[in-house]
Amino acid sequence: MKTLMLGNEAAARGLYEAGCGFVSSYPGTPSTEITEFAAKYPEIYAEWAPNEKVAMEAAFGASLAGRRSFCGMKHVGLNVAADPLFTISYTGVNAGMVIAVADDPGMHSSQNEQDSRHYAKAAKLPMLEPADSSEALEFTKLAFELSEHFDTPVLLKMCTRISHSQSVVKTGEREEISVRPYEKNPAKYIMMPGNAKRRHPAVEERTRNIAEWAEHSSVNRIEPGKDYKLGIITSSTSYQYVKEAFGDTYPVLKLGMVWPLPEQKILEFAKTVSLLAVVEELDSFIEDHCRNLGLSLTGKSHFPVTDELSQNQVLRALDGTPPAGTKLDVDIPARPPVMCAGCPHRGLFYTLAKNKITVLGDIGCYTLGAASPLGAMDTTICMGASISGLHGFNKAGGGEGGSVAVIGDSTFMHSGVTGLINAAYNESNSTVIILDNSITGMTGHQQNPTTGFNLKGDPCAKIDLERLCRAAGINRVRVVDPYCLAECEAAVKEELAAAEPSVIISRRPCALLKYVKHPGPIEVDPDKCAGCKACMKIGCPAVSMADGKVKLDNTLCTGCGVCAQLCKFGALGGEKEA
Amino acid sequence: METKNMMIVGVGGQGTLLASKLLGCLLLDKGYDVKVSEVHGMSQRGGSVVTYVRWGERVCSPIIDKGQADVILSFELLEAARWTEYLKPGGRIITNTQQINPMPVITGAAEYPQELERKIRDAGMDLDALDALSLAEEAGSSRAVNIVLLGRLSKWFGFSEEEWLEAIERSVPPKFLELNKKAFALGRSA
Repeated sequence: MKTLMLGNEAAARGLYEAGCGFVSSYPGTPSTEITEFAAKYPEIYAEWAPNEKVAMEAAFGASLAGRRSFCGMKHVGLNVAADPLFTISYTGVNAGMVIAVADDPGMHSSQNEQDSRHYAKAAKLPMLEPADSSEALEFTKLAFELSEHFDTPVLLKMCTRISHSQSVVKTGEREEISVRPYEKNPAKYIMMPGNAKRRHPAVEERTRNIAEWAEHSSVNRIEPGKDYKLGIITSSTSYQYVKEAFGDTYPVLKLGMVWPLPEQKILEFAKTVSLLAVVEELDSFIEDHCRNLGLSLTGKSHFPVTDELSQNQVLRALDGTPPAGTKLDVDIPARPPVMCAGCPHRGLFYTLAKNKITVLGDIGCYTLGAASPLGAMDTTICMGASISGLHGFNKAGGGEGGSVAVIGDSTFMHSGVTGLINAAYNESNSTVIILDNSITGMTGHQQNPTTGFNLKGDPCAKIDLERLCRAAGINRVRVVDPYCLAECEAAVKEELAAAEPSVIISRRPCALLKYVKHPGPIEVDPDKCAGCKACMKIGCPAVSMADGKVKLDNTLCTGCGVCAQLCKFGALGGEKEA
Repeated sequence: METKNMMIVGVGGQGTLLASKLLGCLLLDKGYDVKVSEVHGMSQRGGSVVTYVRWGERVCSPIIDKGQADVILSFELLEAARWTEYLKPGGRIITNTQQINPMPVITGAAEYPQELERKIRDAGMDLDALDALSLAEEAGSSRAVNIVLLGRLSKWFGFSEEEWLEAIERSVPPKFLELNKKAFALGRSA
C-alpha cells in the first residue's frame, strides 16, 4: 500500500516489517516519533528509558537474548550513550540491533549542531543514511540484515528534514523472526582487557568486510548524467537538493552508507567526471575521506559547515543562478518561541528574575525562561548540567545574591539525579528546583518515570521525587505551586538562606495536557488599569498593552492568575484596592 | 508537470500541521508524488512555523527555497509578510488577517508593522486576505481557523468540494466534523 509517511514513521514501519521485537529510547527532537510510532504496533515491545545510555544497554540486552532490537535518539543523545556504543561495537550482537541517531542541522530544536557521522567512524560501526521516507523504511530493514550478517550494531542516521518530512512509502508485511538462542560466550561478551584485545582486530576486519560489501551494494549507486563536466558525491537530504537543482544533468554518486565508504566506487566515479564535488551538510566528512584518497574536489570551500543546505545553495555554489523573490521593505519583528500562556514554569521564573538570582538552567521547555522579559537563566549546556554545574559554581564561591539550578522532571530522571547525589555527598550548599510539570514537554508530551504511565499509556511504577531526593541525602525537600507567587518567593528565599543543600519541587502539570482543566480567561477591567505594566514582566503571550491599558487575548488565556497577582489595581482578576 | 510548491506558515500552536497533513493526503490520492516537510519541537511553542508542501510527477527536495512558492497560505498577517521572499513571481498569498503579537512587540522592543496588506499588494504580490478567526468563531470554535483557511484555499485548486470534505472527514475527530464542515464552507464562500 502506498501512503505518505514521516521519515520517522517509515523507520518505525521498517522496525515492524523487520520483525523487531524490542524498542527502548529516550525522546529527543527530531528522533522522537520513531519510537512513538513503533509503540503503536502491538507486536513490538516499546518503552521510554530514563536516558539514552539506559536505552542502548537495554536494546543490547534484548539483542543478546535473541530479539531484534532498536533504540533511537537525537544527536546529543548519542553522546550520552557513547559509552556502551564504543564497546558493543567490540562485542557485536546476537539478534540484529539498530541504533537511530537524528541530527538537527540548523538547530531547529537543539543546543548544538554536531555531525553524528563521526561516531560511526570513531566507534567503527556501519552507518546507513536514508534520503527520504521510502529509504528510511528500506534501510531500517537492511540494517537488521547487515547487523546479523556482520555481527555488529548498525547506525541509522536521520536528520530533521528526513525525520520530519512526509514522502511516499510502499509498505510490506512483517517478517516473523524466530528468537536466536542465547549462548554464553565470555570471549565475545565480557570486554575485559584480555578479551577486548582479541575483539579489536575482529572489529577492524569487520569494517574491511563491510567496506567490501559497500563497493557492490545498490545502497551506493551511480546515477548517470548528461554532462560529465561535473560529478557530485552526496547523500541524505543533500542528495535531494542536488537532484532538485540539477535534475539528471550531472552524474551523481548517491551514498546510502556513509561509513565505511566505498573507496573504489568513489575513485571510479571521480575518473568519469572533469570536476568532482561533494555536497554534504555540516562537516566535511565524505570530503575529507575523498581527499585522503588523493582526489581534488569542490566541497566546503563552496558550502558552509553550518546550518542546513538547500537547492538554491547547491545552484549558487556549483552551477547556476537560483530564483529570487521579493523582499518586503518592512521591518519584520522576530517571533521567537515563548512559554505558553498558563505555563506553570512562568511564576517560578518570575520569582527568580525578581530576586536577581543566578540560574543554572537545563534542557527543556523551561529553557524559554531565558527569553526576554524574564531573562531568568544564566547557562544551558546539556541534560543534567544545571545541578552538577551549580555544585561547582557554589563550591568555587558562587555569584552574588544566591544561585539555583532549574531542571525539569524528565531531565532530572535522565541525568539530574547523579548531580544531586554529588551535591549531597560533597556537601555543596546548593538549591535545586525541580520543575515538575508531570510530562516530558518540549518533545511533545512523552511519559517518564515520574508520571506513573509508560509509553504504551499503561499505569506503572511512579517515582516519588520527594523520597528520591531525601534518599539521595537531601534533608530539605519542599513542594510549591508555581501559580502562587508568594509561595514561590518564600520557598526560594528560605532555601537559599538554609545552610545545607535543598530541593524545591515546583509542581503543576503542563498547561497543554489534555486532562488539565483551566478556569478560563480571567476578568479584565481596563478602566482600573493604571498602565503600570507590572503584568508585562511575566512575558505571557496572552497579556499585552493597547493604548496604555492592559489587553488580554481570550483565545490564549487559561486563567492561571499569575498576572492578576501582580496587578495592584484589580484590572486583572477583579477586586483589590484602587 | 512542473512541481508545485505551497508554504503553510503561522504561529506555533495554530494548527498548521493538520492543514498540511490533510493536503498531503488529498494530493497523494490524486496520484501525485508528494513531500511535506514540517518543523516540530521548540518553535511549536508560539514561534514562527513553516511547513512545505510540494507535489508533482517527481518531487526531490522536501523544502521550498526563496522565489519558489506558488502559494503561501498564512495563518497570521505578520507571518505572511515574513515569508514573501519565498513567493514565486506571479504567486499568490492567502492570509488570515488575524494579528498575533510576537514577544518583542508585547515587551515593546519592536512594533507590529502597520498596513501590511497594502504593503504586500504594493510590492506587486497577489494577496487574498480574510478574517479567518471570526469565521472560525462563527463556525463554533476559534480552533477551526485552519479549516476555514483550507476552505479558502480550495477555491484555487481543481479538486471538487466533495474531495475536500472527504479529506476533512478522514483528518478530524467525528465529534468535530460538523463544525469543521461549516468552517470549510465559510472559508470557501468568504
